[in-house]
Amino acid sequence: MRKSNYFLFYLTGNLLLLLFLFAHAFFHETYAGPLLRENSELVKRLELSDLCLFTEASYTRHLTQADLNTPFQDYPVCLEHFPSGSILMPPEMLKKPYGKID
Amino acid sequence: MGKLIERQRNILDFTLSSLFRRKGKNTSLFLVYTLVVFMLASVVFFTHAIKREASIILKEAPEMIIQRSVAGRHDLIPVGYLDRIRNIRGVSSARSRLWGYYYDPVVGANYTLIVPEKYAHGPESIVIGEGISRTRLAYPGDDMEFRAFDGSMMVLQIRDVFPAESELISSDLMLISEDDFRRLFGVPKEHATDLVVRVRNSRELSTIALKVSERLPDTRIILREEILRTYDSIFNWRGGMMVFVLVGALLAFLIFAWDRASGLSQEEKREIGILKAIGWETSDVILMKFWEGLVISLSAFLAGIIFAYGHVFFTNSIFFEPALKGWAVLYPAFKLIPFIDLSQVATLFFLTVVPYTVATIIPSWASATIDPDTVMRA
Repeated sequence: MRKSNYFLFYLTGNLLLLLFLFAHAFFHETYAGPLLRENSELVKRLELSDLCLFTEASYTRHLTQADLNTPFQDYPVCLEHFPSGSILMPPEMLKKPYGKID
Repeated sequence: MGKLIERQRNILDFTLSSLFRRKGKNTSLFLVYTLVVFMLASVVFFTHAIKREASIILKEAPEMIIQRSVAGRHDLIPVGYLDRIRNIRGVSSARSRLWGYYYDPVVGANYTLIVPEKYAHGPESIVIGEGISRTRLAYPGDDMEFRAFDGSMMVLQIRDVFPAESELISSDLMLISEDDFRRLFGVPKEHATDLVVRVRNSRELSTIALKVSERLPDTRIILREEILRTYDSIFNWRGGMMVFVLVGALLAFLIFAWDRASGLSQEEKREIGILKAIGWETSDVILMKFWEGLVISLSAFLAGIIFAYGHVFFTNSIFFEPALKGWAVLYPAFKLIPFIDLSQVATLFFLTVVPYTVATIIPSWASATIDPDTVMRA
């Protein structure tokens, strides 16, 4: 068989696999509806504000409740938790001033 | 048309034979390329899935949270503040929230304790998240000991565990009754952690927030929009340390690709020289180089994307886990819902295949214009 045929088979195989993954994502997303609703309901019932992603410090556990002085609350000379503090961006709301500067 | 396709296939046949002749070099390029695509795609899939899930789940988060700060730190808020908020026009309800952190020295983990509005399990009981249950090996019916603020011991019985499917929000949660919470942390009756406000018309939210901040100047206000925006921006893949790691990897790869494409070996130069001597045009050689680039980049791109999908959604980002766990003893074992779309794949394509093509096109042209006579005499 010609070498180009092997390559075309490889490409077709990969594209089919990619198509299968898209289908997998689509069905998963469709069937995840009730689960997302349940979680959303739990958020409403318990009045939660954050996802539980990083549990090591208050400012990584409750990202939306973070403020500019939280790093000092953990323990002396600890300004940053590595690596979660490096992966995460500081919340948008912290970057805006609380009032007019001038 | 048939002739044109046949010509392309002939050149592709020749290109593949030429690639297989330099197996080691091309396999290493393919593997490095696949790894770069895999890394980028894993980050894009992971962050997009988290952002989408957060935006759906947190749509029901409190509309407005009011926290008090004293000397620059979050402090307990007097429950009496509620009366000053309730009489603001447009406020439909306002209530105090009790929540806090408890450090468990047994396992070295932090739990988030919450007092729900309606707690059905009665005093001296708790409901825990799956993460706590897994870390402490604690199940319904077991007792858990807590050291209260005054040094006394409190024993609370586990009544229930949150379902594993909700780990993304409940892994470290512990529901507790109001009396037990106050007894554990010594929070007086007239104080709470913060206040939660609901409004009649969400368009009035910013006006009401302004009124609250005027009436209670020692407080800060967090709006639901800000909560949602935080999760939208927090995992921005352009942010933080990740950008340096990824841009560094991408640049290293581009230099590698450029070097490989420009530093033609003697054998490759001879091959081009012979091809030109037997009648190949410069355009044919460029076409061959184009196919060479396409075979490698497309193969690596597809393989990288497929592996990244498997990595993020089938193995729960097993390679990211050590980095994401960080200092955390209690880490949620959540399974992300695969939210992917064509735009993500297209972005990845432009981030990986296009730079590679650009980096190799000039060296390809340079190699195609080699003088056959000079090369064959060398």
